[in-house]
Amino acid sequence: MSDRREVWITGVGIVSALGEGLEQHWSRLMAGDPPPYDDKTFAPYTTFPVVPLNLDSQIPKKGDQRQMEAWQRIGVYAAGLALTDAGVAGKTEILDKTDMIVAAGGGERDVAVDSAILTDVRKADKPDAFVNERLMSDLRPTLFLAQLPNLLAGNISLVHGVVGSSRTFMGEESSGVDALRVAHSRIAAGQSEISLVGGAYNGTRWDLVLLFKLGTPLLEGPFKPVWDRGPNGAIALAAMGAFVVIESREHAEKRGAKPVARLSSVLSSRNPRKPGDAAATLRSEWDSIAGKVKKDCAVVVSGASGAEPATSEERKVLADIGLPVRATATHIGNGMEAQFLANIALGCQAVRAGTLFPAAGSGDIGTAPSKGVCQALVTSVGHWRGEGLALIERID
Amino acid sequence: MANQGRRDKAGRPVVAITGMGIVTPLGTGKADNWKKLTAGESGIRTITRFATDGLRTTIAGTVDHVYEDGMVSAQLSEKLARLAGTEAIAESSIGAKGNFPGPLFLALPPIEIEWSQRFALAGASGANEKIDYGDLVRAAARQEFAPFYEVSKYGIVAEHLAEHFGTQGSPISLTTACASGATAIQLGLEAIQRGECNAALAIGADGSITAESVVRFSLLSALSTNNAAPQGASRPFSKNRDGFVLAEGAAAVVLENYDHAVARGARILGVVEGCGEKADNFHRTRSSPDGKPVISCMRNALADAGVTPEDVDYINAHGTSTPENDKMEYLGVSTVFGEHLKNIPISSNKSMVGHTLTAAGAIEAVVSALTIINQRIPPTINYAMPDPAIPLDVVPNVARDARVRRVISNSFGFGGQNTCLVLTGEPA
Repeated sequence: MSDRREVWITGVGIVSALGEGLEQHWSRLMAGDPPPYDDKTFAPYTTFPVVPLNLDSQIPKKGDQRQMEAWQRIGVYAAGLALTDAGVAGKTEILDKTDMIVAAGGGERDVAVDSAILTDVRKADKPDAFVNERLMSDLRPTLFLAQLPNLLAGNISLVHGVVGSSRTFMGEESSGVDALRVAHSRIAAGQSEISLVGGAYNGTRWDLVLLFKLGTPLLEGPFKPVWDRGPNGAIALAAMGAFVVIESREHAEKRGAKPVARLSSVLSSRNPRKPGDAAATLRSEWDSIAGKVKKDCAVVVSGASGAEPATSEERKVLADIGLPVRATATHIGNGMEAQFLANIALGCQAVRAGTLFPAAGSGDIGTAPSKGVCQALVTSVGHWRGEGLALIERID
Repeated sequence: MANQGRRDKAGRPVVAITGMGIVTPLGTGKADNWKKLTAGESGIRTITRFATDGLRTTIAGTVDHVYEDGMVSAQLSEKLARLAGTEAIAESSIGAKGNFPGPLFLALPPIEIEWSQRFALAGASGANEKIDYGDLVRAAARQEFAPFYEVSKYGIVAEHLAEHFGTQGSPISLTTACASGATAIQLGLEAIQRGECNAALAIGADGSITAESVVRFSLLSALSTNNAAPQGASRPFSKNRDGFVLAEGAAAVVLENYDHAVARGARILGVVEGCGEKADNFHRTRSSPDGKPVISCMRNALADAGVTPEDVDYINAHGTSTPENDKMEYLGVSTVFGEHLKNIPISSNKSMVGHTLTAAGAIEAVVSALTIINQRIPPTINYAMPDPAIPLDVVPNVARDARVRRVISNSFGFGGQNTCLVLTGEPA
């Protein structure tokens, strides 16, 4: 059980405001285009809507599409891209034994029903009874299924046939880190051979704008990179989905799969976020893998959220480490449970393409290593919790 | 010497249970719950926590002895988890107070803003005519509402518990619907088997009964509507079963590397011998009618434990009391256990406790361990009208003394997530 096995990433699927698939993401990032944010729909707040998706290509049954809400459709779509990229889509024998860990939050509420109830309840004699009656008559029965976090995994099983096992982790950014960490540990230890891991988020919704407005500054114009949002910081809610297929090297080689990259380490930690905690945790995670890092060809894909003081603490640690740094949330926004997996996907592309996109903002430092990119360190310093660090390596 | 480096049949470290805690509508703590479970008492009652006018179902297994006025679901779930976790850690005497030497795996219902909070925001918005989310968002900027955010973060309950119990590392909040509690135990089991830790705290907690949650399950036609006789409403395996009864509760187990537990002189309450899982891709709310996923799930659990169907003495059923689950579970157990099934009692704790959803797998694991410790099987109550299509020894209505060395505990979730645990007593 303690034998450490090599773990490969063999498939990647990502959709965000930048596009669909790694090639599209990378070409837009490399072009240095302005971030594709939207400052109108939820004005005065800035959000990152996902690009339009050709859902039929990954979710062929209209009935399935109707039974899901946007966050699930985004996730099922991205999961399909990852399975296709790994060459296991439709391969029942493999999917039957493919494990799955999904990082998920809650699904959309019916804001029209909520708004109508809040408007009308003021004229009701018995407000509680009125709400009960309206919910019983106005809620779509299947909406519940689009709200349950575990039903993203459920829909992936239904649509793509991944049925080896199914687990769903919750809890903002940290859940994405832990999903990958547990799936990686299981494969490394021989408890699993192949696993689909990912998350999806639809932050372009009024109910989530409301939730975050209650406790976290939301980005208002003019647009600024995550590093430069002032002492109070700010996040920009986004829609995104990101999945990877990871497997033991033996399993991949046996089926003739070509690796995207090696997933060498995934670390996660918790601290109570007293001043300096985020920095200390990131530093200690770095210390534990620094020996594996090739300093002349490694880069950092930062999960800095834009929330403060976490983002400033991360910037300082990364500046001390001195590797080239790029923060992706400047370009794709904040996708909570999906964020870390999206950054893992982009880290894969950095080592695969061997390049690094132009800097944006004061914490983006350094340039692409002259000998190409051989390793990507992917950080997570979530907006309130969720410290993680992963090491992805090019397989020569 | 026999205890040095004890390994299971697959060569993995043996994982013991050294502490257990439980809260159900029947009461708080193992002693109270065991007494009532073996007395065949029901914890189901008429809902009084909120107005039930206009609801099709007005009964539930609410934890009225734990709930405090004004609590939202996340707060009640956290209180339940604390009670169960505190009992389990105290029993295991592991670590120091506020310093549990292992990770936390917490099965928890999803969290969201609730109607009481929406009303407060709408009131503060100053909108006179039509209210929309834009009005709520404007009100949300006021500092007085920041606590709404604090209790609505998905990771907040695990964060509070990690701080309170002093667990190590990033706490994991998870959901696999009605299998969640079993999944929490499975994650702890696997972490110890991997050698990542010597102990883990697995908790399943659910305090999420609100008017809207009742509505949601009602709209899926999942709930019993036997409002006139709450205590008789949960009738697993009976011909007249008409749906499950929502309930709240929590259970916690301290999982520990067997050698580690023995070395510190801990009492071994049981062993988690194996775990199996299998997802279903038939339908969002219904199980595959051929029973294949649950059959695979049970077989995977037995294989993981390295035992055969003949080695199982008792089945702690998922037994929800819905027409479909109980029929499908019968198909599953009759396929897996074949001829041997007639020798195996199978009972449903949900007949008394109701369906505690996220907590159920953990609660039923604790009851399974208590069944082995006490050599006594809690009954399936309300079994007055046997379903001839489900010929099972359900331990009808009255608890039974029996030789129980090994239990399989079934948890089958909404959304196709199935997990089965195999538990035994202290190894010889």
